[in-house]
Amino acid sequence: MKGGWFKVYAIGYLLFLYAPIILLPMFAFNDATIIAFPLQGFSTRWFSAMLEEPALRIALKNSLFIAVTTSVLATALGVFAARASTRYRFPMKAGLMGLIMLPLVLPEIIVAVSLLVVLLGLGVNLSLWTVILGHVLICTPFTIAILSSAFQALDQSLEEAAYDLGETAASTFRLIILPLVMPGIISSLLISFTISLDEFIIAFFLAGTEPTLPVYIFSQFRFPLAVPVIMALGTVLVCLSIVLLAIAEYFRRRGIAKSGGKDTGGFL
Amino acid sequence: MTEKPTMIAFQDVHKYYSDYHALRGITATIKAGEFFSLLGPSGCGKTTLLRTIAGFEGISAGAVMIDGKNMAGVPANQRPTNMVFQSYAIFPHLTVGENVGFGLRRAGLAKAELAAKVDEALAMVGLKGYGARAAHALSGGQRQRVALARALILKPKVLLLDEPLSALDKKMREQMQVELIRLQRQVGITFILVTHDQEEALVMSDRIAVMFEGEIAQLADPETLYRRPNSRRVAEFIGTMNFLPAQVISEAGGKIEVEAKGFGRATLDAEQAPGASSGEGPAVGFRPETLTILFEGQTATDRETTATIEEVVYFGDMTYYDVRLEGTDKAVRISMRNVFGRPVLDIGARTRVAWSPGALVLFR
Amino acid sequence: MMGTKSRWARLRRTEAANGLLMISPTALYAILMLAAPLGAIFLYSFLTDGYLEIIRDFTFANYIEAWTNELYRTVMVRSLGVSMVVTAVTVLLAFPIAYFVSFHVSPSRKSLWLFLITIPFWTSYLIRVFLWKVILGYNGVVNSGLLGIGLIDEPLTFILYNVNSVVITLAHAYAPFAILPIFVSLEKIDRSLLEAGQDLGESRFMTFLRVTLPLAMPGVIASVLIVFIPTIGDYVTPQLVGGPEGRMVANLIQLQYLKLDNYPLGSAIAVSAMAIVTVVSLIFVGLNRRYLKGRKA
Repeated sequence: MKGGWFKVYAIGYLLFLYAPIILLPMFAFNDATIIAFPLQGFSTRWFSAMLEEPALRIALKNSLFIAVTTSVLATALGVFAARASTRYRFPMKAGLMGLIMLPLVLPEIIVAVSLLVVLLGLGVNLSLWTVILGHVLICTPFTIAILSSAFQALDQSLEEAAYDLGETAASTFRLIILPLVMPGIISSLLISFTISLDEFIIAFFLAGTEPTLPVYIFSQFRFPLAVPVIMALGTVLVCLSIVLLAIAEYFRRRGIAKSGGKDTGGFL
Repeated sequence: MTEKPTMIAFQDVHKYYSDYHALRGITATIKAGEFFSLLGPSGCGKTTLLRTIAGFEGISAGAVMIDGKNMAGVPANQRPTNMVFQSYAIFPHLTVGENVGFGLRRAGLAKAELAAKVDEALAMVGLKGYGARAAHALSGGQRQRVALARALILKPKVLLLDEPLSALDKKMREQMQVELIRLQRQVGITFILVTHDQEEALVMSDRIAVMFEGEIAQLADPETLYRRPNSRRVAEFIGTMNFLPAQVISEAGGKIEVEAKGFGRATLDAEQAPGASSGEGPAVGFRPETLTILFEGQTATDRETTATIEEVVYFGDMTYYDVRLEGTDKAVRISMRNVFGRPVLDIGARTRVAWSPGALVLFR
Repeated sequence: MMGTKSRWARLRRTEAANGLLMISPTALYAILMLAAPLGAIFLYSFLTDGYLEIIRDFTFANYIEAWTNELYRTVMVRSLGVSMVVTAVTVLLAFPIAYFVSFHVSPSRKSLWLFLITIPFWTSYLIRVFLWKVILGYNGVVNSGLLGIGLIDEPLTFILYNVNSVVITLAHAYAPFAILPIFVSLEKIDRSLLEAGQDLGESRFMTFLRVTLPLAMPGVIASVLIVFIPTIGDYVTPQLVGGPEGRMVANLIQLQYLKLDNYPLGSAIAVSAMAIVTVVSLIFVGLNRRYLKGRKA
């Protein structure tokens, strides 16, 4: 079989990719304070400890607020840009799209410090909202990538047909475009939510005195005694993101299937 | 026969896309109840012209009139026209019935009334009972029918069809051609068809406008277009036409005396010289079926000459012979019906060929 | 008055105006929140740091400091080196995976594979990096495993708190980023081209070299850039697993901004890092274009 060696390699590679994720629950359920082998036995005490941590609860609340707001704003901005880039030709298109997509490759620390400098310079107090500003910036390129494929799959004559049959631009958007790109929108909301929930650097620079979940996690790494609780928290987060991503993938594919397109790949 | 009223009038319509001059002064009228075709190669402006009627394209100069009203400033959703799109544009998230009833949403009909109208429209296109089906599961031919029903349910004054058959296979296309003709007679609405397929245009239309490079080259009924094309270009675009170089000897009293290579002297009516030779020098043109190969014992009803067979293409019901007429250096094509008991000739055979001056067209 | 109004009406109808209008919210956001701030740190990098405030004096001092100070230069060179190694490792390891999924996985299962590959990328970056510390640490998975099977007598120490651990962890973090662009470009290759290659007498391997690889090159370049540019600015990995000798430029920037409060110097370091990345990327893209052109000629 000619794919044989490739398959062995691929499975080895997946193991490498999943190594940390496999270890995570092992330590989360391990009945020991020190994160090392050999394992000491099964325990759920880190999970109970996690639930009783007030600082964690505050951080979680902050992160959820940021993630929900970010996902809505980034998706809204993504809809505009994806629609513009798939439907219209206009001057400076490449430049503007390049700028909007730039955070995809720009190191997050650059985004973080540049925003920090400007916000402090303008006398804006750091808060959850300043984190949201940064998160919207880095999530928007991902939403555009997802939404562009949704808009691309949309045959332009569908809009013309609705218009030809007496609908206005607004009602065409409501009756035809929105239902057809809805799966893409849901997928984009979920992805931005996941990115925002997981983002550290920007939150670290811009959150001020209100920690987000990753900032809280990072601070806990300094205390070895707190690490097992973080492992428990990580296990929960990983499960949550897998569920969210699975839903997002489901909607993305359904969207493509519904508008009769062809699946061309993953989230990126 | 009474003259039908005008449904659409183009008055010197121009369309520019920045520097590109897509429509170059279109002036034409389309009559009510007519099956009209816009025929031409891709890029000739036929689809653009259709879309100026629908209101999807603005025009740079001139006027488009529908039923006596100038359409300037009237948006697509308020024009008395409906369109069948090349891709059919069936809304994939709706059922067949919802697609067909889409345009009636604003009419404020009672549910039962709407359902009755949708059923009627579906029955008209032969899709009775398909209303509840999901639109994305339909075949190409079925989508086409849904698109027709969806447009016709609104009883537009004009139905616009943008290459509606190009996505179908040959069999299905021929079947839909017949159905479209039947449907047009049944509803009596003006149909305007855009196509690049000359055969399709000839089969379906009452009149055809042949377009090249943003201009109408000839507007006529199919027979005139086929028999009396007004330029070599139109003649070459529609069907097959042979050309032989010719010279005009004299012209007087509605008669033209020509000397044509391979045919010799012939006298033509003035109406046999409708057009220009597009800069290739004067020539006579003739369709492949206007020449006949004479078999043993047959004599020409008009005139005859001799020829050598250079190529034989057998089609079952027909045979195409490429023959070189005596005194010419270029082969011309003759099409012959195959008759039972008569042999197909071989390459290299010498034969007699019957022809008639009345079948010639002079381009000069 | 009429004239301007009708011109405005015509402009509004044009495609360009519609497109600009449509993109304006997103574009405006990017200009205000990204372009302007980037401009601001560029500006800051030429200012002078005072005790409590920034002094508006134009100066190259920050750049001179950033480029001549031994400490900064070491970190900068190290960051560039780490990024290059990480990029090479990541892309080389990723290519066979992209090739496998594109050519050897049945179309119905491709999405599942891509999903499996992308999942780890989305899940708790911080905790993943921390777990590499656990894997590579003194009592970590690797060491206890190797000790257990008797391959080594005492724990390896060269795999944590140095450049090696940074490379391993970053290569892990950016793997999906490298796989996807290569995968997409491999998917676009018309399979009959490969059959044509073999039909014309080339071996399977030579067909790969002469047909597949050149056609996949745009994807490879995209992967290289998409890995190389962000890795140079990674903060978490060097901070958690790098140790003192694994610090990178992002740690330096963070230090200047949040600890030493020297915005102009921090900005100069950030701008320098970005400039280096841009130049290296351009050189890479340029070399590649020459290589592809050379093949065609």
